[in-house]
Amino acid sequence: MSTPVIEATGLGVTLGGQPILDGIDLSVPAGEVLALLGANGSGKSTLVRTLLGVVPRTSGEVRLFGAPLGPSAPWHRIGYVPQRLPAAAGVPATAYEVVSSGLLHGRTLRPPRGHRRRALAALDDVGLGDRAFQRVQEMSGGQQQRVLIARALVRDPDLLVLDEPTSGIDIPTQATFVDTVSRLHDAGTTVVVILHELGPFAPLIDRAVVLRHGRVAHDGAPPRARDEHAGEWHDHTHAHPDPEPPRTGPSLSVEVNP
Amino acid sequence: MTAWDQVVELLSSPLMQRALLAAILVGAAAPVVGTFLVQRRMALMGDGIGHVALTGVALGWLVGSWAGLVPQDTLALPGAVVAAVVGSIVIELVRERGRTSGDLALALMFYGGIAGGVLLIKLAGGTNANLISYLFGSISTVSSADLWWTVGLAVLVLTLGVGLRTALFAVSHDEEFARASGLPVRLLSMLVATIAALTVTIAMRVVGLLLVSALMIVPVAIAQLFARSFGRTMMLASVVGVVVSIAGLVLTYWQDIPPGATIVVLAILVYAVTATLQPLLRRPAPPRDPHPDMVDDVLLVDDVTDDGPLSRPAPTA
Repeated sequence: MSTPVIEATGLGVTLGGQPILDGIDLSVPAGEVLALLGANGSGKSTLVRTLLGVVPRTSGEVRLFGAPLGPSAPWHRIGYVPQRLPAAAGVPATAYEVVSSGLLHGRTLRPPRGHRRRALAALDDVGLGDRAFQRVQEMSGGQQQRVLIARALVRDPDLLVLDEPTSGIDIPTQATFVDTVSRLHDAGTTVVVILHELGPFAPLIDRAVVLRHGRVAHDGAPPRARDEHAGEWHDHTHAHPDPEPPRTGPSLSVEVNP
Repeated sequence: MTAWDQVVELLSSPLMQRALLAAILVGAAAPVVGTFLVQRRMALMGDGIGHVALTGVALGWLVGSWAGLVPQDTLALPGAVVAAVVGSIVIELVRERGRTSGDLALALMFYGGIAGGVLLIKLAGGTNANLISYLFGSISTVSSADLWWTVGLAVLVLTLGVGLRTALFAVSHDEEFARASGLPVRLLSMLVATIAALTVTIAMRVVGLLLVSALMIVPVAIAQLFARSFGRTMMLASVVGVVVSIAGLVLTYWQDIPPGATIVVLAILVYAVTATLQPLLRRPAPPRDPHPDMVDDVLLVDDVTDDGPLSRPAPTA
Protein backbone atom coordinates (compact mmCIF):
# COMPACT_ATOMS: atom_id res chain seq x y z
CA MET A 1 0.00 0.00 0.00
CA SER A 2 1.29 3.45 -0.86
CA THR A 3 2.12 6.06 1.77
CA PRO A 4 -0.95 7.81 3.15
CA VAL A 5 -1.21 11.51 2.29
CA ILE A 6 -2.00 12.42 5.88
CA GLU A 7 -1.10 10.24 8.82
CA ALA A 8 -1.77 11.48 12.34
CA THR A 9 -1.28 9.30 15.40
CA GLY A 10 -2.33 10.11 18.95
CA LEU A 11 -2.79 13.78 18.12
CA GLY A 12 -3.57 16.04 21.08
CA VAL A 13 -3.86 19.80 21.22
CA THR A 14 -4.26 21.97 24.30
CA LEU A 15 -4.93 25.67 23.84
CA GLY A 16 -4.99 28.00 26.83
CA GLY A 17 -5.16 25.04 29.24
CA GLN A 18 -8.23 23.62 27.46
CA PRO A 19 -7.86 20.27 25.72
CA ILE A 20 -9.22 20.86 22.21
CA LEU A 21 -8.21 17.60 20.55
CA ASP A 22 -7.44 14.32 22.25
CA GLY A 23 -6.10 11.06 20.87
CA ILE A 24 -6.92 11.63 17.22
CA ASP A 25 -5.76 8.93 14.81
CA LEU A 26 -6.36 9.75 11.20
CA SER A 27 -5.02 8.29 8.01
CA VAL A 28 -6.06 9.63 4.63
CA PRO A 29 -5.04 7.55 1.57
CA ALA A 30 -4.21 9.20 -1.73
CA GLY A 31 -7.14 10.19 -3.92
CA GLU A 32 -9.75 10.18 -1.16
CA VAL A 33 -12.29 12.95 -0.54
CA LEU A 34 -12.70 13.15 3.22
CA ALA A 35 -15.34 15.26 4.94
CA LEU A 36 -14.73 16.43 8.50
CA LEU A 37 -18.03 16.95 10.24
CA GLY A 38 -19.02 18.05 13.71
CA ALA A 39 -20.73 20.76 15.68
CA ASN A 40 -19.23 24.19 16.24
CA GLY A 41 -16.37 23.89 18.70
CA SER A 42 -15.90 20.17 18.12
CA GLY A 43 -12.33 20.79 16.94
CA LYS A 44 -12.67 20.47 13.14
CA SER A 45 -10.75 23.64 12.27
CA THR A 46 -8.17 23.02 14.98
CA LEU A 47 -7.57 19.52 13.64
CA VAL A 48 -6.97 20.79 10.12
CA ARG A 49 -4.77 23.63 11.35
CA THR A 50 -2.77 21.20 13.47
CA LEU A 51 -2.29 18.84 10.56
CA LEU A 52 -0.83 21.74 8.57
CA GLY A 53 1.37 23.00 11.39
CA VAL A 54 -0.52 26.24 12.01
CA VAL A 55 -1.46 25.24 15.56
CA PRO A 56 1.30 23.60 17.63
CA ARG A 57 0.40 20.09 18.82
CA THR A 58 0.76 18.99 22.40
CA SER A 59 1.19 15.30 21.68
CA GLY A 60 1.22 12.86 18.83
CA GLU A 61 2.76 12.93 15.40
CA VAL A 62 1.75 14.15 11.96
CA ARG A 63 3.22 13.00 8.66
CA LEU A 64 2.31 14.57 5.34
CA PHE A 65 3.15 12.44 2.29
CA GLY A 66 5.29 10.39 4.65
CA ALA A 67 7.41 13.33 5.83
CA PRO A 68 7.15 14.79 9.35
CA LEU A 69 5.81 18.34 9.71
CA GLY A 70 8.60 20.85 9.37
CA PRO A 71 10.85 22.41 6.77
CA SER A 72 11.29 19.10 4.94
CA ALA A 73 7.58 18.42 4.41
CA PRO A 74 6.55 18.63 0.73
CA TRP A 75 4.72 21.94 1.12
CA HIS A 76 4.43 22.50 -2.63
CA ARG A 77 2.02 19.56 -2.78
CA ILE A 78 -0.39 21.06 -0.23
CA GLY A 79 -3.01 23.74 -0.83
CA TYR A 80 -4.98 25.25 2.04
CA VAL A 81 -8.13 27.35 1.74
CA PRO A 82 -8.95 29.08 5.05
CA GLN A 83 -12.45 30.13 5.94
CA ARG A 84 -11.92 33.73 5.02
CA LEU A 85 -9.39 36.41 4.22
CA PRO A 86 -7.88 38.03 7.30
CA ALA A 87 -9.37 41.39 8.25
CA ALA A 88 -8.22 44.05 5.84
CA ALA A 89 -4.99 45.81 6.77
CA GLY A 90 -4.26 49.36 5.71
CA VAL A 91 -2.22 48.52 2.64
CA PRO A 92 -4.19 47.57 -0.48
CA ALA A 93 -3.38 44.29 -2.22
CA THR A 94 -4.66 43.00 -5.55
CA ALA A 95 -6.07 39.54 -6.19
CA TYR A 96 -3.02 38.85 -8.34
CA GLU A 97 -0.67 39.65 -5.45
CA VAL A 98 -2.61 37.46 -3.02
CA VAL A 99 -2.58 34.53 -5.47
CA SER A 100 1.13 35.04 -6.19
CA SER A 101 1.88 34.62 -2.51
CA GLY A 102 0.51 31.08 -2.88
CA LEU A 103 3.52 30.24 -5.06
CA LEU A 104 5.81 30.48 -2.04
CA HIS A 105 6.16 27.50 0.26
CA GLY A 106 8.69 25.85 2.51
CA ARG A 107 12.07 27.28 1.61
CA THR A 108 10.91 28.83 -1.67
CA LEU A 109 10.94 32.49 -0.69
CA ARG A 110 10.93 34.04 -4.15
CA PRO A 111 8.26 33.51 -6.81
CA PRO A 112 9.42 30.93 -9.38
CA ARG A 113 9.86 31.57 -13.08
CA GLY A 114 6.59 32.05 -14.91
CA HIS A 115 4.80 33.09 -11.72
CA ARG A 116 2.77 35.81 -13.43
CA ARG A 117 1.29 33.45 -16.00
CA ARG A 118 0.49 30.83 -13.35
CA ALA A 119 -1.18 33.33 -11.00
CA LEU A 120 -3.31 34.79 -13.78
CA ALA A 121 -4.28 31.30 -14.99
CA ALA A 122 -5.35 30.34 -11.46
CA LEU A 123 -7.53 33.44 -11.25
CA ASP A 124 -9.01 32.61 -14.65
CA ASP A 125 -9.92 29.15 -13.38
CA VAL A 126 -12.10 30.61 -10.64
CA GLY A 127 -13.69 33.14 -13.00
CA LEU A 128 -11.85 36.19 -11.74
CA GLY A 129 -9.47 36.69 -14.66
CA ASP A 130 -10.83 40.16 -15.37
CA ARG A 131 -10.47 41.23 -11.74
CA ALA A 132 -6.87 40.19 -11.17
CA PHE A 133 -5.71 43.74 -10.57
CA GLN A 134 -8.56 44.81 -8.36
CA ARG A 135 -8.09 45.29 -4.63
CA VAL A 136 -9.26 42.20 -2.76
CA GLN A 137 -10.52 44.49 -0.01
CA GLU A 138 -13.09 45.88 -2.45
CA MET A 139 -14.39 42.47 -3.49
CA SER A 140 -17.48 40.73 -2.17
CA GLY A 141 -17.20 37.82 0.26
CA GLY A 142 -17.82 35.27 -2.50
CA GLN A 143 -15.17 36.77 -4.74
CA GLN A 144 -12.65 36.86 -1.87
CA GLN A 145 -13.35 33.16 -1.29
CA ARG A 146 -12.60 32.45 -4.93
CA VAL A 147 -9.31 34.37 -4.62
CA LEU A 148 -8.45 32.08 -1.71
CA ILE A 149 -9.16 28.96 -3.82
CA ALA A 150 -6.98 30.34 -6.58
CA ARG A 151 -4.20 30.96 -4.06
CA ALA A 152 -4.36 27.31 -2.96
CA LEU A 153 -4.61 25.92 -6.51
CA VAL A 154 -1.84 28.01 -8.05
CA ARG A 155 0.78 25.54 -6.84
CA ASP A 156 -1.07 22.51 -8.31
CA PRO A 157 -1.50 20.72 -4.98
CA ASP A 158 -1.87 16.96 -4.53
CA LEU A 159 -3.67 17.59 -1.25
CA LEU A 160 -6.33 20.29 -0.97
CA VAL A 161 -7.64 21.29 2.45
CA LEU A 162 -10.80 23.38 2.61
CA ASP A 163 -12.17 24.93 5.80
CA GLU A 164 -15.95 25.28 5.60
CA PRO A 165 -16.01 26.36 1.98
CA THR A 166 -19.79 26.61 1.88
CA SER A 167 -20.56 28.64 4.99
CA GLY A 168 -21.90 32.08 4.29
CA ILE A 169 -21.24 31.75 0.59
CA ASP A 170 -23.64 32.45 -2.28
CA ILE A 171 -24.80 29.52 -4.40
CA PRO A 172 -22.70 30.32 -7.51
CA THR A 173 -19.51 30.37 -5.44
CA GLN A 174 -20.51 27.12 -3.73
CA ALA A 175 -20.85 25.68 -7.20
CA THR A 176 -17.33 26.90 -8.01
CA PHE A 177 -16.06 25.01 -4.97
CA VAL A 178 -17.92 21.82 -5.86
CA ASP A 179 -16.79 21.97 -9.50
CA THR A 180 -13.21 22.55 -8.44
CA VAL A 181 -13.24 19.69 -5.96
CA SER A 182 -14.81 17.25 -8.41
CA ARG A 183 -12.33 18.23 -11.14
CA LEU A 184 -9.39 17.77 -8.75
CA HIS A 185 -10.83 14.50 -7.46
CA ASP A 186 -10.99 13.16 -11.00
CA ALA A 187 -7.34 14.13 -11.44
CA GLY A 188 -6.40 12.08 -8.35
CA THR A 189 -6.04 14.91 -5.81
CA THR A 190 -6.70 14.11 -2.18
CA VAL A 191 -9.24 16.47 -0.62
CA VAL A 192 -10.01 17.15 3.05
CA VAL A 193 -13.02 19.37 3.51
CA ILE A 194 -14.61 20.69 6.70
CA LEU A 195 -18.36 20.89 6.36
CA HIS A 196 -21.35 21.75 8.47
CA GLU A 197 -23.66 19.67 6.32
CA LEU A 198 -22.74 17.62 3.31
CA GLY A 199 -24.94 19.77 1.10
CA PRO A 200 -23.81 20.08 -2.51
CA PHE A 201 -20.63 18.12 -1.75
CA ALA A 202 -22.58 14.96 -0.82
CA PRO A 203 -22.03 13.02 -4.07
CA LEU A 204 -18.25 13.57 -3.92
CA ILE A 205 -17.58 12.44 -0.37
CA ASP A 206 -15.88 9.04 -0.03
CA ARG A 207 -15.60 9.01 3.73
CA ALA A 208 -16.66 11.14 6.68
CA VAL A 209 -15.01 11.70 10.03
CA VAL A 210 -17.27 13.18 12.67
CA LEU A 211 -15.67 14.92 15.64
CA ARG A 212 -17.34 15.38 18.99
CA HIS A 213 -15.62 17.22 21.84
CA GLY A 214 -12.24 16.80 20.22
CA ARG A 215 -12.51 13.05 19.65
CA VAL A 216 -13.40 11.00 16.61
CA ALA A 217 -17.05 9.94 17.03
CA HIS A 218 -17.53 8.36 13.62
CA ASP A 219 -15.19 7.30 10.85
CA GLY A 220 -16.57 5.67 7.76
CA ALA A 221 -19.24 6.11 5.15
CA PRO A 222 -20.80 9.58 5.08
CA PRO A 223 -23.88 9.70 7.29
CA ARG A 224 -27.14 9.56 5.43
CA ALA A 225 -29.50 12.47 5.68
CA ARG A 226 -32.82 11.80 7.36
CA ASP A 227 -36.15 11.12 5.70
CA GLU A 228 -37.09 13.45 2.93
CA HIS A 229 -33.71 15.22 3.06
CA ALA A 230 -32.08 12.11 1.64
CA GLY A 231 -34.04 12.22 -1.61
CA GLU A 232 -32.02 12.78 -4.74
CA TRP A 233 -34.33 15.63 -5.70
CA HIS A 234 -33.83 17.34 -2.38
CA ASP A 235 -32.11 20.67 -2.80
CA HIS A 236 -30.10 21.45 0.31
CA THR A 237 -29.59 25.07 -0.50
CA HIS A 238 -33.23 26.00 -0.81
CA ALA A 239 -34.69 28.43 1.65
CA HIS A 240 -36.45 26.57 4.42
CA PRO A 241 -39.67 28.18 5.57
CA ASP A 242 -39.03 30.04 8.78
CA PRO A 243 -40.48 28.34 11.83
CA GLU A 244 -43.19 30.15 13.69
CA PRO A 245 -41.36 32.38 16.16
CA PRO A 246 -42.28 31.92 19.79
CA ARG A 247 -44.67 34.54 20.99
CA THR A 248 -43.28 36.48 23.92
CA GLY A 249 -44.99 39.63 24.99
CA PRO A 250 -46.64 42.16 22.74
CA SER A 251 -45.64 42.02 19.10
CA LEU A 252 -44.46 44.98 17.12
CA SER A 253 -45.86 45.60 13.69
CA VAL A 254 -44.77 48.17 11.19
CA GLU A 255 -47.10 49.33 8.49
CA VAL A 256 -46.37 51.58 5.58
CA ASN A 257 -49.22 53.64 4.27
CA PRO A 258 -48.86 55.00 0.81
CA MET B 1 22.83 85.16 -8.58
CA THR B 2 20.59 83.04 -10.76
CA ALA B 3 18.70 80.06 -9.52
CA TRP B 4 21.04 77.76 -11.44
CA ASP B 5 24.07 79.23 -9.68
CA GLN B 6 22.39 78.60 -6.38
CA VAL B 7 21.77 74.96 -7.28
CA VAL B 8 25.40 74.54 -8.38
CA GLU B 9 26.60 76.12 -5.14
CA LEU B 10 24.31 73.84 -3.12
CA LEU B 11 25.55 70.74 -4.91
CA SER B 12 29.19 71.66 -4.67
CA SER B 13 29.22 71.86 -0.89
CA PRO B 14 30.66 68.57 0.42
CA LEU B 15 28.54 68.84 3.52
CA MET B 16 25.41 69.20 1.43
CA GLN B 17 26.48 66.34 -0.85
CA ARG B 18 26.78 64.01 2.12
CA ALA B 19 23.52 65.21 3.61
CA LEU B 20 21.67 64.81 0.30
CA LEU B 21 22.97 61.28 -0.26
CA ALA B 22 21.94 60.29 3.27
CA ALA B 23 18.52 61.88 2.81
CA ILE B 24 17.89 60.11 -0.51
CA LEU B 25 18.88 56.70 0.85
CA VAL B 26 16.86 57.08 4.03
CA GLY B 27 13.90 58.57 2.14
CA ALA B 28 13.89 55.56 -0.19
CA ALA B 29 14.45 52.82 2.39
CA ALA B 30 12.23 53.93 5.28
CA PRO B 31 8.87 53.71 3.43
CA VAL B 32 9.73 50.25 2.06
CA VAL B 33 9.95 48.96 5.61
CA GLY B 34 7.00 51.13 6.62
CA THR B 35 4.76 49.39 4.06
CA PHE B 36 5.29 46.04 5.78
CA LEU B 37 4.78 47.59 9.22
CA VAL B 38 1.50 49.24 8.21
CA GLN B 39 0.31 45.96 6.71
CA ARG B 40 1.16 44.15 9.93
CA ARG B 41 -0.72 46.84 11.88
CA MET B 42 2.47 47.79 13.65
CA ALA B 43 2.72 51.37 12.47
CA LEU B 44 4.05 52.43 15.86
CA MET B 45 6.78 49.82 15.97
CA GLY B 46 9.30 52.28 14.50
CA ASP B 47 8.60 54.59 17.42
CA GLY B 48 9.16 51.80 19.92
CA ILE B 49 12.47 50.87 18.29
CA GLY B 50 13.49 54.54 18.21
CA HIS B 51 13.00 54.88 21.94
CA VAL B 52 15.00 51.74 22.64
CA ALA B 53 17.75 52.92 20.28
CA LEU B 54 18.25 55.97 22.51
CA THR B 55 19.39 53.67 25.29
CA GLY B 56 21.77 52.11 22.77
CA VAL B 57 23.20 55.53 21.87
CA ALA B 58 23.85 56.29 25.54
CA LEU B 59 25.26 52.80 26.12
CA GLY B 60 27.65 53.26 23.19
CA TRP B 61 28.64 56.60 24.68
CA LEU B 62 29.23 54.99 28.07
CA VAL B 63 31.38 52.22 26.63
CA GLY B 64 33.27 54.81 24.56
CA SER B 65 34.08 56.92 27.61
CA TRP B 66 35.22 53.84 29.56
CA ALA B 67 37.49 52.83 26.73
CA GLY B 68 38.76 56.39 26.49
CA LEU B 69 37.77 56.74 22.83
CA VAL B 70 37.92 60.17 21.19
CA PRO B 71 35.40 61.41 20.30
CA GLN B 72 33.25 59.86 22.99
CA ASP B 73 30.32 59.15 20.68
CA THR B 74 32.31 56.89 18.31
CA LEU B 75 30.28 53.92 19.49
CA ALA B 76 26.92 55.72 19.58
CA LEU B 77 25.79 54.44 16.20
CA PRO B 78 26.90 50.82 16.73
CA GLY B 79 25.27 50.98 20.17
CA ALA B 80 22.04 52.17 18.59
CA VAL B 81 22.17 49.36 15.99
CA VAL B 82 22.59 46.70 18.67
CA ALA B 83 19.89 48.10 20.97
CA ALA B 84 17.45 48.63 18.09
CA VAL B 85 17.87 45.09 16.76
CA VAL B 86 17.52 43.56 20.23
CA GLY B 87 14.52 45.80 21.00
CA SER B 88 12.78 44.96 17.72
CA ILE B 89 13.19 41.24 18.29
CA VAL B 90 11.75 41.57 21.80
CA ILE B 91 8.78 43.54 20.40
CA GLU B 92 8.23 40.86 17.76
CA LEU B 93 8.35 38.08 20.37
CA VAL B 94 5.84 39.95 22.50
CA ARG B 95 3.56 40.33 19.46
CA GLU B 96 3.85 36.63 18.65
CA ARG B 97 2.99 35.53 22.19
CA GLY B 98 -0.34 37.30 22.29
CA ARG B 99 -1.91 40.58 21.46
CA THR B 100 -3.56 41.37 24.77
CA SER B 101 -0.40 42.15 26.69
CA GLY B 102 1.39 43.35 23.57
CA ASP B 103 0.64 47.04 23.65
CA LEU B 104 1.34 47.23 27.38
CA ALA B 105 4.73 45.60 26.83
CA LEU B 106 5.42 48.03 23.99
CA ALA B 107 4.57 50.96 26.25
CA LEU B 108 6.97 49.71 28.91
CA MET B 109 9.66 49.49 26.27
CA PHE B 110 8.99 53.06 25.04
CA TYR B 111 9.42 54.57 28.48
CA GLY B 112 12.23 52.25 29.53
CA GLY B 113 14.15 53.21 26.38
CA ILE B 114 13.96 56.97 26.96
CA ALA B 115 14.59 56.75 30.71
CA GLY B 116 17.50 54.36 30.20
CA GLY B 117 19.06 56.67 27.64
CA VAL B 118 18.82 59.76 29.86
CA LEU B 119 20.20 57.86 32.85
CA LEU B 120 23.10 56.25 31.01
CA ILE B 121 24.21 59.45 29.26
CA LYS B 122 24.58 61.05 32.69
CA LEU B 123 26.69 58.10 33.90
CA ALA B 124 28.81 58.45 30.76
CA GLY B 125 29.63 62.01 31.79
CA GLY B 126 27.44 63.61 29.15
CA THR B 127 24.29 65.69 29.39
CA ASN B 128 20.85 65.50 27.92
CA ALA B 129 21.99 68.06 25.37
CA ASN B 130 24.20 65.37 23.84
CA LEU B 131 21.11 63.31 23.17
CA ILE B 132 19.22 66.09 21.43
CA SER B 133 21.01 65.61 18.12
CA TYR B 134 19.98 61.94 18.15
CA LEU B 135 16.42 62.65 19.21
CA PHE B 136 15.76 65.27 16.56
CA GLY B 137 18.43 64.55 13.96
CA SER B 138 21.45 66.51 12.85
CA ILE B 139 21.93 65.80 9.19
CA SER B 140 24.40 68.69 8.88
CA THR B 141 26.86 66.83 11.11
CA VAL B 142 26.89 63.66 8.98
CA SER B 143 30.53 62.59 8.74
CA SER B 144 32.05 60.42 6.03
CA ALA B 145 32.10 57.45 8.39
CA ASP B 146 28.40 57.97 9.21
CA LEU B 147 27.68 58.16 5.52
CA TRP B 148 29.30 54.80 4.84
CA TRP B 149 27.22 53.22 7.61
CA THR B 150 24.11 54.78 6.11
CA VAL B 151 24.92 53.65 2.57
CA GLY B 152 25.71 50.09 3.66
CA LEU B 153 22.65 49.66 5.84
CA ALA B 154 20.31 51.36 3.36
CA VAL B 155 21.47 49.06 0.57
CA LEU B 156 20.97 46.06 2.86
CA VAL B 157 17.46 47.20 3.86
CA LEU B 158 16.44 47.90 0.26
CA THR B 159 17.86 44.61 -1.03
CA LEU B 160 16.09 42.53 1.63
CA GLY B 161 12.85 44.54 1.56
CA VAL B 162 12.49 44.57 -2.22
CA GLY B 163 14.10 41.20 -2.96
CA LEU B 164 11.97 39.27 -0.49
CA ARG B 165 8.86 41.41 -0.86
CA THR B 166 6.60 38.52 -1.95
CA ALA B 167 7.63 36.41 1.04
CA LEU B 168 7.38 39.33 3.46
CA PHE B 169 4.01 40.22 1.93
CA ALA B 170 2.80 36.64 2.36
CA VAL B 171 3.75 36.60 6.04
CA SER B 172 2.35 40.07 6.74
CA HIS B 173 -0.87 39.55 4.80
CA ASP B 174 -2.00 36.15 6.05
CA GLU B 175 0.18 34.60 8.71
CA GLU B 176 -1.99 31.50 9.03
CA PHE B 177 -1.72 30.68 5.35
CA ALA B 178 2.02 31.32 5.44
CA ARG B 179 2.35 28.79 8.28
CA ALA B 180 0.19 26.29 6.39
CA SER B 181 2.58 26.72 3.45
CA GLY B 182 5.56 25.81 5.59
CA LEU B 183 7.14 29.26 5.21
CA PRO B 184 9.63 30.17 7.96
CA VAL B 185 7.13 32.61 9.47
CA ARG B 186 9.06 33.43 12.60
CA LEU B 187 12.29 34.02 10.70
CA LEU B 188 10.56 36.31 8.20
CA SER B 189 8.77 38.24 10.98
CA MET B 190 12.11 38.71 12.70
CA LEU B 191 13.55 39.87 9.40
CA VAL B 192 10.90 42.59 9.09
CA ALA B 193 11.63 43.63 12.69
CA THR B 194 15.37 43.66 12.08
CA ILE B 195 15.27 45.71 8.90
CA ALA B 196 12.92 48.10 10.70
CA ALA B 197 15.55 48.42 13.43
CA LEU B 198 18.33 49.05 10.90
CA THR B 199 16.19 51.68 9.20
CA VAL B 200 15.62 53.43 12.50
CA THR B 201 19.34 53.66 13.12
CA ILE B 202 20.19 55.00 9.66
CA ALA B 203 17.33 57.50 9.77
CA MET B 204 18.41 58.62 13.23
CA ARG B 205 20.91 61.11 11.78
CA VAL B 206 18.48 62.48 9.20
CA VAL B 207 15.21 63.01 11.08
CA GLY B 208 16.05 61.92 14.63
CA LEU B 209 14.83 59.00 16.70
CA LEU B 210 11.57 60.66 17.71
CA LEU B 211 10.61 61.36 14.09
CA VAL B 212 11.94 58.22 12.38
CA SER B 213 8.59 56.55 12.39
CA ALA B 214 7.02 59.47 10.53
CA LEU B 215 9.36 58.93 7.59
CA MET B 216 8.43 55.23 7.57
CA ILE B 217 4.68 55.65 7.88
CA VAL B 218 3.52 58.98 6.41
CA PRO B 219 4.70 58.24 2.82
CA VAL B 220 2.80 54.93 3.01
CA ALA B 221 -0.31 56.77 4.14
CA ILE B 222 0.04 59.08 1.12
CA ALA B 223 0.74 56.25 -1.33
CA GLN B 224 -2.19 54.08 -0.33
CA LEU B 225 -4.59 56.90 -1.14
CA PHE B 226 -3.73 56.33 -4.79
CA ALA B 227 -2.18 52.89 -5.29
CA ARG B 228 -4.28 49.82 -5.98
CA SER B 229 -1.70 47.19 -5.20
CA PHE B 230 0.80 46.42 -2.50
CA GLY B 231 3.74 46.70 -4.90
CA ARG B 232 2.64 50.09 -6.20
CA THR B 233 2.05 51.35 -2.66
CA MET B 234 5.59 50.43 -1.75
CA MET B 235 7.10 52.03 -4.83
CA LEU B 236 5.06 55.21 -4.62
CA ALA B 237 5.78 55.56 -0.88
CA SER B 238 9.48 55.24 -1.59
CA VAL B 239 9.30 57.97 -4.25
CA VAL B 240 7.35 60.24 -1.88
CA GLY B 241 9.95 59.57 0.82
CA VAL B 242 12.82 60.61 -1.46
CA VAL B 243 11.03 63.73 -2.73
CA VAL B 244 10.06 65.08 0.71
CA SER B 245 13.53 64.31 2.09
CA ILE B 246 15.27 66.22 -0.70
CA ALA B 247 12.75 69.07 -0.59
CA GLY B 248 13.02 69.40 3.18
CA LEU B 249 16.79 69.35 3.09
CA VAL B 250 17.06 71.91 0.29
CA LEU B 251 14.68 74.24 2.14
CA THR B 252 16.98 74.20 5.16
CA TYR B 253 19.90 75.23 2.98
CA TRP B 254 18.38 78.69 2.58
CA GLN B 255 16.27 78.92 5.69
CA ASP B 256 17.58 78.32 9.17
CA ILE B 257 15.11 75.60 10.10
CA PRO B 258 15.76 72.10 11.49
CA PRO B 259 15.88 69.60 8.59
CA GLY B 260 14.37 66.57 10.33
CA ALA B 261 11.27 68.40 11.49
CA THR B 262 10.97 70.15 8.11
CA ILE B 263 10.95 66.82 6.24
CA VAL B 264 8.28 65.39 8.53
CA VAL B 265 6.07 68.49 8.45
CA LEU B 266 6.38 68.54 4.67
CA ALA B 267 5.30 64.89 4.43
CA ILE B 268 2.31 65.51 6.67
CA LEU B 269 1.33 68.58 4.61
CA VAL B 270 1.49 66.48 1.44
CA TYR B 271 -0.74 63.91 3.12
CA ALA B 272 -3.24 66.54 4.28
CA VAL B 273 -3.44 68.15 0.82
CA THR B 274 -3.67 64.90 -1.15
CA ALA B 275 -6.16 63.34 1.26
CA THR B 276 -8.36 66.42 0.90
CA LEU B 277 -8.06 66.62 -2.86
CA GLN B 278 -8.12 62.90 -3.60
CA PRO B 279 -11.92 62.57 -3.90
CA LEU B 280 -11.83 65.42 -6.42
CA LEU B 281 -8.87 64.05 -8.37
CA ARG B 282 -10.20 60.54 -8.72
CA ARG B 283 -12.55 60.03 -11.63
CA PRO B 284 -15.89 58.84 -10.33
CA ALA B 285 -16.36 55.22 -11.35
CA PRO B 286 -19.45 54.70 -13.46
CA PRO B 287 -22.11 52.89 -11.46
CA ARG B 288 -22.23 49.27 -12.52
CA ASP B 289 -23.37 45.91 -11.28
CA PRO B 290 -20.50 44.44 -9.27
CA HIS B 291 -21.70 40.95 -10.18
CA PRO B 292 -22.88 41.10 -13.79
CA ASP B 293 -22.41 37.35 -14.13
CA MET B 294 -24.64 36.54 -11.21
CA VAL B 295 -28.37 35.98 -11.23
CA ASP B 296 -30.35 38.17 -8.92
CA ASP B 297 -31.60 35.49 -6.62
CA VAL B 298 -33.64 37.78 -4.42
CA LEU B 299 -37.17 38.20 -5.64
CA LEU B 300 -39.48 40.65 -3.99
CA VAL B 301 -42.98 39.30 -3.95
CA ASP B 302 -44.44 42.73 -4.56
CA ASP B 303 -42.52 43.13 -7.79
CA VAL B 304 -43.84 40.07 -9.52
CA THR B 305 -47.43 39.36 -10.25
CA ASP B 306 -48.86 36.40 -12.03
CA ASP B 307 -50.61 38.45 -14.64
CA GLY B 308 -47.73 39.96 -16.52
CA PRO B 309 -46.10 43.34 -16.16
CA LEU B 310 -45.79 45.10 -12.91
CA SER B 311 -48.59 47.44 -12.05
CA ARG B 312 -48.68 49.36 -8.86
CA PRO B 313 -51.71 51.13 -7.56
CA ALA B 314 -51.27 54.86 -7.81
CA PRO B 315 -50.59 56.38 -4.42
CA THR B 316 -53.60 58.04 -3.00
CA ALA B 317 -53.32 61.14 -0.98
